[in-house]
Amino acid sequence: MIDFALDISLTVNGEPVPERVEARKTLVDFLREDLCLTGSHVGCEHGVCGACTVRVNGEIVRGCLMLAVQCDGAKIETIEGLSDSGEVADLQTAFEQRNALQCGYCTPGMIAAAQDLLKRGGVPSRDEIREHLSGNYCRCTGYHAIVDAVESVAQARAGGKA
Amino acid sequence: MKITDDSPPVLSALDRPNSYIGRSLPRPNLQRLTQGRGQYVSDVTLPRMAHVAFVRSPHAHARIKSIAADAAKKAPGVIAVVAGAELAKVMTPWVGVLTHLKGLKSAPQFPIAVDRACWQGEAVCAVVARTRALAEDACELVEVTYEELPAVTDPETALDAKTPVIHSALGDNLCFERKLDVGAVDKAFAESDAVVETTFMFGRHTGVTTEPRAVVADWNAGEQRMTVYHGTQAPHMMQNLFAKHLDLAEHQVRVLTKDVGGSFGIKVHTYADEMATVALSKLLKRPVKFVADRIESFVTDIHARDHRIKAKIGVNNDGSITAFEIDDLTGIGPYSVYPRTSGIEANQVVNLTGGPYTCPNYRAQARVVFQNKNVMCQYRAVGHPIAVAVTEGLVDLAAAKIGMDPLEIRRRNLIADDAYPTQLAAGLKFEKLSHHESLAHLDSMMNYAGLRAEQKKLRQQGICRGIGFASFIEVTNPSAAFYGVGGARITSQDGATVRLDAQGAIIVHSGVTEQGQGAEAVLAQCVATSFGVSIDKVRVVTGDTDHTPYGGGTWASRAAGIGGEAAWQAGKALRGNVLAVAASILQAKPEEFDIRNGIVVDKVKGTERLPLDELARVAYFRPDTLPPGFQAELMATRHYVPRAWPFAFTNGIQASYLEVDTDTGFVKLLKHWCVEDCGTIINPQLVDEQIRGGVVQGIGAALFEQCLYDERGQMFNGNMADYLVPMAVEMPDIECGHVVSPTADSEFGAKGAGEAGTAGAPACVMNAINDALRPLGAKALTDMPFTPDKILRALGKV
Repeated sequence: MIDFALDISLTVNGEPVPERVEARKTLVDFLREDLCLTGSHVGCEHGVCGACTVRVNGEIVRGCLMLAVQCDGAKIETIEGLSDSGEVADLQTAFEQRNALQCGYCTPGMIAAAQDLLKRGGVPSRDEIREHLSGNYCRCTGYHAIVDAVESVAQARAGGKA
Repeated sequence: MKITDDSPPVLSALDRPNSYIGRSLPRPNLQRLTQGRGQYVSDVTLPRMAHVAFVRSPHAHARIKSIAADAAKKAPGVIAVVAGAELAKVMTPWVGVLTHLKGLKSAPQFPIAVDRACWQGEAVCAVVARTRALAEDACELVEVTYEELPAVTDPETALDAKTPVIHSALGDNLCFERKLDVGAVDKAFAESDAVVETTFMFGRHTGVTTEPRAVVADWNAGEQRMTVYHGTQAPHMMQNLFAKHLDLAEHQVRVLTKDVGGSFGIKVHTYADEMATVALSKLLKRPVKFVADRIESFVTDIHARDHRIKAKIGVNNDGSITAFEIDDLTGIGPYSVYPRTSGIEANQVVNLTGGPYTCPNYRAQARVVFQNKNVMCQYRAVGHPIAVAVTEGLVDLAAAKIGMDPLEIRRRNLIADDAYPTQLAAGLKFEKLSHHESLAHLDSMMNYAGLRAEQKKLRQQGICRGIGFASFIEVTNPSAAFYGVGGARITSQDGATVRLDAQGAIIVHSGVTEQGQGAEAVLAQCVATSFGVSIDKVRVVTGDTDHTPYGGGTWASRAAGIGGEAAWQAGKALRGNVLAVAASILQAKPEEFDIRNGIVVDKVKGTERLPLDELARVAYFRPDTLPPGFQAELMATRHYVPRAWPFAFTNGIQASYLEVDTDTGFVKLLKHWCVEDCGTIINPQLVDEQIRGGVVQGIGAALFEQCLYDERGQMFNGNMADYLVPMAVEMPDIECGHVVSPTADSEFGAKGAGEAGTAGAPACVMNAINDALRPLGAKALTDMPFTPDKILRALGKV
């Protein structure tokens, strides 16, 4: 089983990536170990904590619940790509200003999940923000500051004033 | 946009130009974390690096009869298979005792079990391979034959004659015992108008750091040096321990700590598997990496709070509390954890119970027993959540018994704000606390009268809401009294070195560490302020035993109060040195100048005289132009340790407002408030976020978190789907308020704030649930966590 590897070809943060990968390797391990994209983190390894959240073909997924070989032909975006493109720059600034992170380990996944909510448009309520981010565990902040930061970006994007 | 503070900035006499004290500046090191560019130990890779996975005991207690490793050794990618006896030749065992906890005993613990495994999850064999996956594959091929031994799992019977003794050399299963009896407790109970007794249970739980424990050890035989990349809170402590048990000198060991994915006290202990990883690197002469997976975290990260406390309070009809009595029993696993020991938590429960109140009569007994479960040790707010829940639970029960409002009974018993300095019956010394001012602030902040009216009105509609309070004290800024006097090489002092670089910026090296709480921001604020430079010109370096001053790191809420004071003093010292250089260049006296915004100015007129980059240019590149005999010293180091008080106690009060669904037993948290007094506030936003994060960890203990074991010592919820931690949707908004009583021990006056939230929140939520259920005739709930089934049982519905 460990000898069983497959060739895959995918796009990661806009770059074409042809690789040979073990069939059993998860997407997040592939990103971290094979591509050295260490911004995606491993927390629970079974789809609960959200630290490994990345975007696959526009949808956020758990990098620990998807195999790399399932991503053949897919378009993957990690926090490194989201940062370089500037897509989440306002969220990042709000998290920094509001101290919506402490150790920062959950933050890349949290930002990906928040962006997933905000790109739907509108200004979600605090309860809706809390609901949407409940698949992303943070042990440091108690979430209040994260909700503040996401809410402030939602308002700003909607053209409202803080 | 809610990017504002709950409280106005607290400006103090420390204000000068470039004052950053009391200002909510964003932390300087956050951008790399929001962009995924941090460097956690799990991210570290080194040339020739191998990975270790451990075969762990499936039994709580078992003799290891044989280990057959031939198949594993031949497996693909395997570099070595190493069992306990072989590794014991590389690393000596340790014993977790402290001499000031009189009578505390424990047994030698090895990096990998030798002959016997004493808890489910203890490592019995290491497999080192090219990748972690290959190491895990080979672990499957290691055949260990066990002879299962009786497991001691119930603290209640751990000391019975019939119960097997886990470590026969120790004689019994008692790790530590403490008794205290002050005043006239029996007399006080006999003369009280009412006496209330109950038993409190606390669920064994753990920190669940999002990044598991991680270490990369790199023994360089050519240099005879061990470099350890370690997610720890105490790099110098670990340097000492790695050196000691590998028989190296401390200077042969370098501990590097960059980003750490959550600590909370979990990462300040000696873990056998981390010690084994370091020993394996020495043995194999190459870098070895270990990152705990989630099940390993649950069965080996320290647990905490597994206490059963029988408790009693006496009260008079006027609300005056006459006596407290507690009997604490706690099971800590098979070993006292090294080097901080597993006696501290129970010791703190004895010290802190009744802590906010003027009550002269107090009796306590605490027994700490061994069991065949994972070890327990210090986790955020050590002992406080237990002592506060017992105290505040009793106070609420007493208030209910005599028919007094819970806030009123506290008002009548809290130590008066003008009574300081003072000493508690239990022996704790308080420099200055502000219980009454805090209570008054909370009362108005939460609109208590209004909430009571709302609660009453909703109750008529069948909606069951409760309000709960918890006053608390918190140990911060520990002196040598905590560990040093007990013989542990855990320093209570800390240092900062500040250097003017050649362009006029400041580099700070500090012995405290950044665990995400914002230590580096606070250090930068202190130095920028005391030196006189804009904060963007200050760079802080922590977490490197080769370069930072010797320090204790981060624990017991010490980084700001102790590390901050050292940084403040170092900034002042460098300022003096820089002014001496300026005076020699400008041919005047140093006292005629000041440094403002990075420029040497006339102290009185404020006229700009010399920018720092120009001063640095002269001092570093044209020292020949300075007067003969003058030597510029553009680097200064200062250290600080609290001396006047063993601890800088802080205080505060929390309140919880919640709704109980009496059909499902679910608790909906509506709002939480905390007013606390951590002395001088350096960065209000960071203090508030420490409080909020701490509160939520305390709420986890109250409602969700518990390491569940069966009677054979098997933990059966060791994953994040079954072990519940707070999620965003379940948590309330948390409002913070502050009272400021600086400590006079330091010039700066800052005390710690990292644990106050966790200390008070469980008590507060418990009291709110009972406040909600009391009119329904429910028996008071005192068995954490308060899961829906327990609530329904209290209501007689199941």
